[in-house]
Amino acid sequence: MSAYLSIENVGITFQGDKGPFCALRDVSLKVDKGQFISIIGHSGCGKSTLLNIVAGLSAATTGGVILENAEVTAPGPDRAVVFQNHSLLPWLSVYDNVRLAVDKVHKARDKAWRHDWTLHNLSLVRMEEACDKRPGEISGGMKQRVGIARALSMEPKVLLLDEPFGALDALTRAHLQDGLMEIHQRLGNTVLMITHDVDEAVLLSDRIVMMGNGPAATIARILAVDLPRPRRRVDLACDAAYTHHRAEVLRFLHGHDTARDAA
Amino acid sequence: MTAKLDSLDKATLMGSSAPGLGGAAGWVRRVIARGGRRFGPPLLALAVALGVWQFVCMQAGAALPPPSKVVTDTWELIAHPLFDHGGTDKGLFWHLAASLQRVAIGFSLAAVAGIGLGVLIGQSDLAMRALDPLFQVLRTVPPLAWLPISLAAFRHADPSAIFVIFITAIWPIILNTAVGIQNIPPDYRNVARVLRLSPAEYFLKIMLPASVPYIFTGLKIGIGLSWLAIVAAEMLIGGVGIGFFIWDAWNSSLMSEIILALIYVGIVGTLLDRLITLIGRKVSGI
Repeated sequence: MSAYLSIENVGITFQGDKGPFCALRDVSLKVDKGQFISIIGHSGCGKSTLLNIVAGLSAATTGGVILENAEVTAPGPDRAVVFQNHSLLPWLSVYDNVRLAVDKVHKARDKAWRHDWTLHNLSLVRMEEACDKRPGEISGGMKQRVGIARALSMEPKVLLLDEPFGALDALTRAHLQDGLMEIHQRLGNTVLMITHDVDEAVLLSDRIVMMGNGPAATIARILAVDLPRPRRRVDLACDAAYTHHRAEVLRFLHGHDTARDAA
Repeated sequence: MTAKLDSLDKATLMGSSAPGLGGAAGWVRRVIARGGRRFGPPLLALAVALGVWQFVCMQAGAALPPPSKVVTDTWELIAHPLFDHGGTDKGLFWHLAASLQRVAIGFSLAAVAGIGLGVLIGQSDLAMRALDPLFQVLRTVPPLAWLPISLAAFRHADPSAIFVIFITAIWPIILNTAVGIQNIPPDYRNVARVLRLSPAEYFLKIMLPASVPYIFTGLKIGIGLSWLAIVAAEMLIGGVGIGFFIWDAWNSSLMSEIILALIYVGIVGTLLDRLITLIGRKVSGI
């Protein structure tokens, strides 16, 4: 049986001023429905480029992406993206930012349903209280929550998160990670998340995809995280399996990686 | 907003703790104090400027009248702005109204055409490369240099003056709109692509609101230039209008009337600028 989301031999070459530049080559990954995948790697390894290819925002030079037996050729709401800097429209209220997506994606539904659905998704991220606020009036963490609500409201087949919590302070980040875990538990979304944060990757993921350095970056290693869910960060802090996974990723990012040569 | 709330809170607090009359008196004192902080310095500066002017122009052989003489000379005009003796012998209100009407027509046309062209060259790299050099050259042509050509083309004074306004105001509107369109964050475009917004939806829901601050910067510069240009153009084309009024007063050596008209021109120009700023704030709603 073919996988739910399949990235097949994806490579991308940009035509730069100094001639062609190969950013990614031979990236292949199969993701099952409901899986939470993190992609981790150093800056400039092409993580975001890979996410953009899955989103359809960039076109791969070689290979392709197949989602539920259909090839990805253009962006669409079935692959909703949460951008790093929230990208809410500052002239719309929190409610209207989500409603814009709801109106567009659930055109067929009536108005009352779309209103309820907007509020429902805002309540998933606990932002229903701030409906009438503008993005300029709420904190960075809240903006990111609204961005997640907007993406969830599209009922995407795959939720794409591009370093969603990268710009937040540690405490806020922990809150949002817990919130995201809870939502994932409840809705069973398939998630592809880019991150720089080792703890975040281990805590949230079913598998961690580690990318080698560019140019011509590719997947160096995939680590399965088979910690039981629901996971609680406090319990995991001293958990042997957790610490082991964490050390694996750290070693890959910062140490001389022996596993990489073995693989 | 916060300042207002703050003072309101204080006022109610005072009201509850102090006896009614004392509270009211305190409130009046605070209003005066706040008004003094805001209006005190500009009023003082104005008084000093008027004083210096009065002193300098009171000397024997001064070419220009002092402010006291300006007021007595033009008291009829100040007190009766609405008189109408036919022809160009009208009150200042009518002259200003005629000038404002020309500006309103010319500027509105410039706003529509300017935003349209700005969107075009902001969106399309080809249009930008094709039109930008032309715009850069034309925008440096002084407003009055357009007047002979437009007189030749339109053969009437009024449309010529309106055309001068149009051609003066349009450049900053085009260029600022184009910059606004170019500066739309790529993230907003990506949001639109993920949502699969149609071009029309993209234009209305993302492009226009995102570039509103830039557009209004262009409109503000445009209205200022329009007002500069209309006064100059009216001096040449004649008829009713504040520019002609100034020229007519010069021909009759009525210095005080010129000075009064200049003050009115300045005040109206400031109000126009404020008006556009206000509309811009309302529209962008941020």
